[in-house]
Amino acid sequence: MAIPKVCGIETEYGIHVVGGDPNPIAASSVLINAYLQEVVRQRTGWDFEDESPGNDARGAPGPDALPPQVETHLVNAVLTNGARYYVDHAHPEFSTPECADALECVRYDRAGEEILVRSMEAAAATVTDGRTLVVYKNNSDGKGNSYGTHENYLVDRSVPFDRVVAAVTPHFVTRQIFTGSGKVGAETATLDGHAVEFQLSQRAEFFEEPVGLETTLKRPIVNTRDEPHADSRRYRRLHVIVGDANLCEVATFLKVGTTSLVLAMLEDDALARRPLGLADPVRAMYEVSLDRSLGHPLALADGTTATALDVQWELFGAARKYADERGLACMGDEAVGEEVLRRWEHVLHALETEPASLARQLDWVAKLQLIEAYRDRHGCGWDDPRLAALDLQYHDLRPARSLFARLDTERLVTADEVARAVTEPPRRTRAWFRGQCLQRWPDAVVTANWDSLVFDVGTDPLRRVPMMDPLRGTAEHVDELLQASTSPADLLDRLSS
Amino acid sequence: MAERELKKKTASERPEEAVEDVPAASAKGEKLKAELDDLLDEIDEVLEDNAEEFVRNYVQKGGE
Repeated sequence: MAIPKVCGIETEYGIHVVGGDPNPIAASSVLINAYLQEVVRQRTGWDFEDESPGNDARGAPGPDALPPQVETHLVNAVLTNGARYYVDHAHPEFSTPECADALECVRYDRAGEEILVRSMEAAAATVTDGRTLVVYKNNSDGKGNSYGTHENYLVDRSVPFDRVVAAVTPHFVTRQIFTGSGKVGAETATLDGHAVEFQLSQRAEFFEEPVGLETTLKRPIVNTRDEPHADSRRYRRLHVIVGDANLCEVATFLKVGTTSLVLAMLEDDALARRPLGLADPVRAMYEVSLDRSLGHPLALADGTTATALDVQWELFGAARKYADERGLACMGDEAVGEEVLRRWEHVLHALETEPASLARQLDWVAKLQLIEAYRDRHGCGWDDPRLAALDLQYHDLRPARSLFARLDTERLVTADEVARAVTEPPRRTRAWFRGQCLQRWPDAVVTANWDSLVFDVGTDPLRRVPMMDPLRGTAEHVDELLQASTSPADLLDRLSS
Repeated sequence: MAERELKKKTASERPEEAVEDVPAASAKGEKLKAELDDLLDEIDEVLEDNAEEFVRNYVQKGGE
């Protein structure tokens, strides 16, 4: 049986300083500190004890492997909703807490946006030297510099990693037709020398390898970082670096939901009806991103061809059959799983017949429609800087400036749900225990990370509470315990008794 | 050849109600255009004044 697809999204936001010192590291620190000091007024630091981003899922790392550096000196906080909010390299980054299903993941991804908006407001009140800090939810600066939006999924350790690679690669390459956020022009490559007007994905052209450990150089379609933040005998955490940052909630929902389903099918050996291996996945990434007609035939390893839509229909067909035969408990919530299937089918059908009808659901369609309308009105060519400005400003998170916010896109979560998710953790993963402890005893939790909390109850030594199973520490498991505990010391006594 | 076979096979397996999910574009066309016009008016107001400079100044360090 497939294990529940606990999931989460990490977003590195673009940050731009208007007027004054442009240093993005300093600006990111100011932004996050403003939120921690002015809005939440509480701070628990991140615990780096278990960080090992250099571990490679294939075993020994390749000779060219450059494991990422762990930066411990920059602001790095854990929030009461179980999320991590910190400076990563030169960007503010928000990692959602562990979510139990794809819809919950949308809710916390949106909570992340809300936290960045509140951070900008707090920074505006504290920064008095004339600088304005502006945050963008996108993945590139249009000049060849890319920053990531990473998904994470809980995967059964017993599945060999080469089978993971074979299963997810065709999906990652072809899901761009609904996960792409759209981009005017190209930054690094023009396929066979053709000029690029518009492409489906922000990220596609930054991928150079089919599989690898790196995330900043020679980016791989399948990342091999083997850092489960959980019991490594039972679990993997598939770290997915190939996605775009989405503003459309339906796009985020489908990105996470369809990928969860593909992974569940992999675990239950329910995937292959037809081998979907691509002859050249890296080239296919570009080809799909550059193909607005959605009709480009991709070369498969078996010598045949298929369009991105063909591959997605094949995966959808397998998923529909899988759900009918085995149910969707692996999706965290049966109804959410069914909704993923319903929307997946609808989107594929609409992409096949009339892509423009998805302007309320998919970012690349919404952005393209906006740009085409603007071109019509102003008669500008594709190289007009106003189109690049429009592209950039689509992702501006300031409510007064955001172009996305002006579009009437379909919402899956309410403003109230997002507001609650800013402070409250998900109930059905260990994020509940982390967030609740932070909420109840902020002074006693000295540090926290994904798989443990460290308490200071006033007597030596500090005490670490391991949380090696993402599916334990839920509201159902620990609420009685938390209610009964009169103090952190009492909680620890009860836990060890 | 293989591509066509694949298309045919998947198409026959799709339930028919999916077709009803897609809105009829022609009926919506006029309304959509009016909405887009309003939106473009708004965008003309909020779009950064000097587009070229705005785009040039947006420089990020690579991340991840």
